[in-house]
Amino acid sequence: MAAAAFQPIAPRPAPVRTEGALPWLKRNLFSNLPSTVATIILVGLALWWLPQLISWALVKAVYVPSFTECQAARGIGACWGVITEKYRLILFGRYPFEEQWRPLIATGAMVAVLMASCVRAFWRPWLVLLWAAMLALFFGLMFGGFAGLQHVPTDRWGGLPLTVMLATLSIGLAFPLAVVVALGRRSKMPAIRTICVIYVELIRGVPLISVLFMASFMFPLFMPPGTSIDVLLRVLVGITLFSGAYMAEIVRGGLQAIPKGQQEAADTLGLSYWQAQRKVILPQALAMVVPGIMNNFIAIFKDTSLVTIVSLYELTGAMGLALNSDSDWRPFKIEAYFFIAAIYFAFCFSMSRYSLWIEKRLSASKNR
Amino acid sequence: MSEPIILFDKVNKWYGNNFHVLRDIDLSVAKGERIVICGPSGSGKSTLIRCINRLEEHQQGHLVVDGTELSDDVKAIEKVRKEVGMVFQQFNLFPHLTVLENLTLAPMWVGKLPKKEAEERAMQQLKRVQISEQAGKYPLQLSGGQQQRVAIARALCLTPKIMLFDEPTSALDPEMINEVLDVMIELAGQGITMLCVTHEMGFARSVADRVIFMDQGQIVEQNTPEQFFANPQNERTRDFLSKIIAH
Repeated sequence: MAAAAFQPIAPRPAPVRTEGALPWLKRNLFSNLPSTVATIILVGLALWWLPQLISWALVKAVYVPSFTECQAARGIGACWGVITEKYRLILFGRYPFEEQWRPLIATGAMVAVLMASCVRAFWRPWLVLLWAAMLALFFGLMFGGFAGLQHVPTDRWGGLPLTVMLATLSIGLAFPLAVVVALGRRSKMPAIRTICVIYVELIRGVPLISVLFMASFMFPLFMPPGTSIDVLLRVLVGITLFSGAYMAEIVRGGLQAIPKGQQEAADTLGLSYWQAQRKVILPQALAMVVPGIMNNFIAIFKDTSLVTIVSLYELTGAMGLALNSDSDWRPFKIEAYFFIAAIYFAFCFSMSRYSLWIEKRLSASKNR
Repeated sequence: MSEPIILFDKVNKWYGNNFHVLRDIDLSVAKGERIVICGPSGSGKSTLIRCINRLEEHQQGHLVVDGTELSDDVKAIEKVRKEVGMVFQQFNLFPHLTVLENLTLAPMWVGKLPKKEAEERAMQQLKRVQISEQAGKYPLQLSGGQQQRVAIARALCLTPKIMLFDEPTSALDPEMINEVLDVMIELAGQGITMLCVTHEMGFARSVADRVIFMDQGQIVEQNTPEQFFANPQNERTRDFLSKIIAH
């Protein structure tokens, strides 16, 4: 008997769902009783609450920095005038008023370079030089004391420049530290392993606030008299050490997820330990923990608000400073909180979106 | 007979304190010799070949590879690994790199070749395993058989004197086993020293100079394929062969 010839069926595109608005609504919002009830309750809440919110935040709000008008609108409309009145103090803290163009330019430069660093096409050697130039510009402008610029000591720095700078530098320093510590915890050398374990466990065992307190108040007690390290630097080291310990554990999780065969293949090919880590193990391990790492970056950004307790008035601290000292405007703190919340959100949301983009890019090798 | 390229002299190895995985291994491999190692699971055959490039370390005895005695000396290990290529059961390709990057990584970083030269050499090897059209893809986009051929090409890029195969076809779909075996047969004709842990007895018959049977950490029997299959000397060997050939 002759075998039947194989008849391949030509591939066809998957069917496209074509439906109108009504079937869509029925399928997604009213498919069964619980779903219908939930839809009605949520729509009802939105209809009841949204008009009030719009009325308070936009329609009846006071935009001019007039204390009497704000007083009159209390409880009815938002007083955005408080921001018009106080935004310089909130954004720049106690930095001398006449000199505030300096932190403005400095922060703008830092944010611009941060954004440039996110672009794949700019990952070239000159980016390092750009960073060096930007940091020189930032601290040059902030400190001053040359070319006719008035010297501004670090305890007068504040507001957004402080927040952005503390977050950027501690993220930038904590991440490499975390990678080294994570590798160290898996080292075959007992001394290195022990040091890394002690570091992580000690730091994880205490709250960030106590690390900051120690950095700020206790550390100088151990120093020989006459020597002093700037409080800003001490706080920066504190935040870096703190977040480095947490991130090291995230990175270690990624390292543990890499199959042993990857290291063996690298060994077989003759790659040295560091070559294997850099080219084979870390790229895969870090790709796996992007969400966790980004979580940590975002946490660091917001945790910088804790430095207020050691009298460094970053964004949150500067806002408090701006309103607490002024009994007229103090009642409108909630609007000021909305303002800085919007700033925090803009930064954190951008970081979150960027991490999604990275994840997508890294998954290229897993797509068919 | 010329100097052996691999020499095991009373080699012993334990996992932990109690599991004696290699027991008094004596084995001499001549240059260009093709050896197939078989035996039941847990008999130490993988461990044996993994000692040759120091993925496993032996605790007693001497092991000399291409004139270098293996010990804790890092320089010696580096030297041996330059001469020995290895292919794994699970391929162990680097999934975040393209096929071409998998092949050029070691030549560029270990062999210090310029990128262009490394890529030329890589393409040659990819042609040899008949997969050059996949150079730009990522390993996980290929079939198992294609991945294993890439793995063989990757090992060959360092022009090793010795190739170790650790069950290279055991993780493959049946349809793909032959495409990998064909590459290995082609390689066997090139005079490279090969040690292959496999249960592909057809492969053993057609290319091996010697078949080694291991059980419980010992070399039980070794012989030419003709003698080994037609006239096994040891009872344990007979039992094993009857089990794997019966069905």
